[in-house]
Amino acid sequence: MFKRPTAALAALFLMSTAPLALAAEKPTDPQIAHIAYTAGSIDIEAAKLAIKKSKNKEVVDFAKDMERDHAAVNKQALDLVKKLKVTPEDNDTSKALAKAAEEERAKLAKLKGADFDKAYIENEVAYHKQVDGALETLLIPSASNAELKSLLETGLKIFQGHEQHAEHVAGMLK
Amino acid sequence: MRPLLLALALALGASPAFAATIEVTIDKLVFSPANVQAKVGDTIEWTNNDILAHTATVKGGWDVMIPAKSKGKVTLKAAGAVDYFCRFHPNMKGRIEVTP
Repeated sequence: MFKRPTAALAALFLMSTAPLALAAEKPTDPQIAHIAYTAGSIDIEAAKLAIKKSKNKEVVDFAKDMERDHAAVNKQALDLVKKLKVTPEDNDTSKALAKAAEEERAKLAKLKGADFDKAYIENEVAYHKQVDGALETLLIPSASNAELKSLLETGLKIFQGHEQHAEHVAGMLK
Repeated sequence: MRPLLLALALALGASPAFAATIEVTIDKLVFSPANVQAKVGDTIEWTNNDILAHTATVKGGWDVMIPAKSKGKVTLKAAGAVDYFCRFHPNMKGRIEVTP
């Protein structure tokens, strides 16, 4: 379907709401590290917003879990790139991710109460699904360093766990 | 009597119930072994090697917090098989078969 993997990735993230970011062929390790770190940071920002805005205990607890887990994983990612002497490199996929996240945050910031809770959790389900897809189909297969690949594989399990957790919370909000 | 033997004798004499502690390790979001057999009165002790906090939770039953790089435990009080999972990462699953 897509000739360029990064274009496919950008499409996965953006779901056709923004122009495709056309970049080079398969991402390099420094780019993968940047994408993974960006993906984690985005979820931490979303969690911070939810902790500030939500009055629902389940939602706030979930957001705190996200903030804690992604901070721990990002710290591990930073430790690894330092050890490997890799400098994370900004790229069009990271930029597209950041832009889409900024738009989502702006949308969420306008909502209140139950509307906010529902929109935040639904976005968490969708976002984790998208990142899972990107990890499985592009980032993990493209990673050349074994330790980076292993970290991404653990990251996939964490994201899949978060997706199920988010689905559980979404079920409770109904 | 040699001190070691004395200590052993005291230790054995002091615990007539022989309740066992069963070790389960958590590594990269996997409970290992995922299935364990135990008796009522035994303790399950989880060692979490991950950088993330986990739980061992039975729906409608006990809930054990297992912090990152730490341990958590529960003493089994009832017979029967229980399935447990991690509340933070529900894709992590384990099972304990408890006999009387």
